[in-house]
Amino acid sequence: MRALVWHGKQDIRCDSVPDPKIEQPRDAIIRVTSCAICGSDLHLYDGFMPGMENGDIMGHETMGIVEEVGPECTNLRKGDRVVIPFTIICGECDQCKRGNFSVCERSNRNKSIADKAFGHTTAGLFGYTHLTGGYAGGQAEYLRVPFADKTHIKVPDNLTDEQVLFLSDIFPTGWQAAVQCDIQPTDTVAIWGCGPVGQMAIRSAILLGARQVIAIDRVPERLSMARAGGATTLNFEEESVVERLNELTHGKGPEKCIDAVGMEAHATATLDSLYDRAKQAVMLETDRPHVLREMMYVCRPAGVLSIPGVYGGLLDKVPFGMAMNKGLTFRMGQTHVNRWTDDLLRRIEQGQIDPSFVITHRIGLEQGPEMYKTFRDKQDSCIKVVIRP
Amino acid sequence: MSANRTRRGGRRSDTTLATAKGLGWFSIGLGLVEVLAPHALARGLGLRGKEQLIASYGAREIATGIGILSSRDPTPWIWGRVAGDALDLGTLATGLDGHNRERGNVGIALAAVAGVTLLDVLCGRALSARRRGQRRLARRDYSDRRGMPKPPEQMRGAARDFEVPRDFRIPEPLRPWTSAA
Repeated sequence: MRALVWHGKQDIRCDSVPDPKIEQPRDAIIRVTSCAICGSDLHLYDGFMPGMENGDIMGHETMGIVEEVGPECTNLRKGDRVVIPFTIICGECDQCKRGNFSVCERSNRNKSIADKAFGHTTAGLFGYTHLTGGYAGGQAEYLRVPFADKTHIKVPDNLTDEQVLFLSDIFPTGWQAAVQCDIQPTDTVAIWGCGPVGQMAIRSAILLGARQVIAIDRVPERLSMARAGGATTLNFEEESVVERLNELTHGKGPEKCIDAVGMEAHATATLDSLYDRAKQAVMLETDRPHVLREMMYVCRPAGVLSIPGVYGGLLDKVPFGMAMNKGLTFRMGQTHVNRWTDDLLRRIEQGQIDPSFVITHRIGLEQGPEMYKTFRDKQDSCIKVVIRP
Repeated sequence: MSANRTRRGGRRSDTTLATAKGLGWFSIGLGLVEVLAPHALARGLGLRGKEQLIASYGAREIATGIGILSSRDPTPWIWGRVAGDALDLGTLATGLDGHNRERGNVGIALAAVAGVTLLDVLCGRALSARRRGQRRLARRDYSDRRGMPKPPEQMRGAARDFEVPRDFRIPEPLRPWTSAA
């Protein structure tokens, strides 16, 4: 089959690779009908996440048709149409039973590495380093789904791929980011980053009833999409984020702040980002936490910082004293996808939201390598790329 | 879809970026020589007494080189090199007076710096044009991409039927004070 394969930093190719096979009794093989490039794939593309190996297949936003099931995968049949959540879940461990699916204790087959790196393992992820299991990703013609009896979302035939594909990651991720804020009708929610997750978080915050949503970015098309979703927008290249946020909140700061940027904050916009970039270049730091610093500074005391943006390792000059003295609450983590998807699928079916609004590019697998660069560089108004293998 | 359009411009842009990277490494190399051997350079160019100035130019070159190599868009750093070239040319020109016995070396150095300056300017112009081209491409209008069936004002709170799970609720005493109603 053909797949998008990681060969090194900024080197992704469309290769021919062996077809996946059933390896465990709970496995299933799906024929991929749609998949997407995620913003967090760019951290792998740019070489900021450790643990990738030459030949790894990319992708964790995938859906398709079940082709084959293992003997213990009894609730799926050939021909079922499924979206595959990016977190692989066993559904049986203590964490899964509590709904903390992204920290499933059993699905990471490289548990010993994760135990060493994180203290305790987190869930296995598709196409996202050997630290999270080294599972082949879904930017391919076929995908092997481990623990497939639990790791799936069945979707009805009357909804298109584009309407349901993002249940795999960005929609529940934006939703969880807003849910983590425990939004009250009086809240102002400030959202850094108007990429796909930021766009979903904006709409989630509106649907959950936030009084005011403020979106921060520098790319005009992303800001226009944010405005369409109901946000007041702020271009950080044209105005001071802190001053404007204080102005919009009568000097008090937003009650809730969402970091939908993560480890690769724009490197040349501020002095602290330049400092981070220089330290990254000489391998003294892995992440650029400018957004975290800014959120800690501007957030209203006793406010909440919700962090769906991916961080990979070591962060420098994070003003934790400021956060402690202001009594801020931090909520973060990979998304517990299956915890939200029944509810979100119902909202899509009811027409409350159509996540396909975010798609700007549709391509075949062969165009994938080039499109990684286009997406990374925010060229050609690119916000979300969907691939039809 | 404009993948073809992107591909066409891609090769030219890759060459420009490769040239910029080359200039970045050149900057670091020259900078190291200036920082490590300012006395030898000053002697060879008949610019005795300017050793500290030469070493500071070296530090500038190294910083610019790192900037070029580590930034996604090296355009401002390349133009920074052009400004640095002007300083170099000005400093070298002071070595052309009739009393300097190393005038010949100064002339060679001036010609070399002028050549590199030309390359810097060409690279800077190509990068700036690439930037403008990207900005022109990046102007699609997404103001109709609402994603919701009605305007946001009418959709605000449409999901209030959602019950935030207990473990996601912020305890009442920890909630920020707010005066907004």
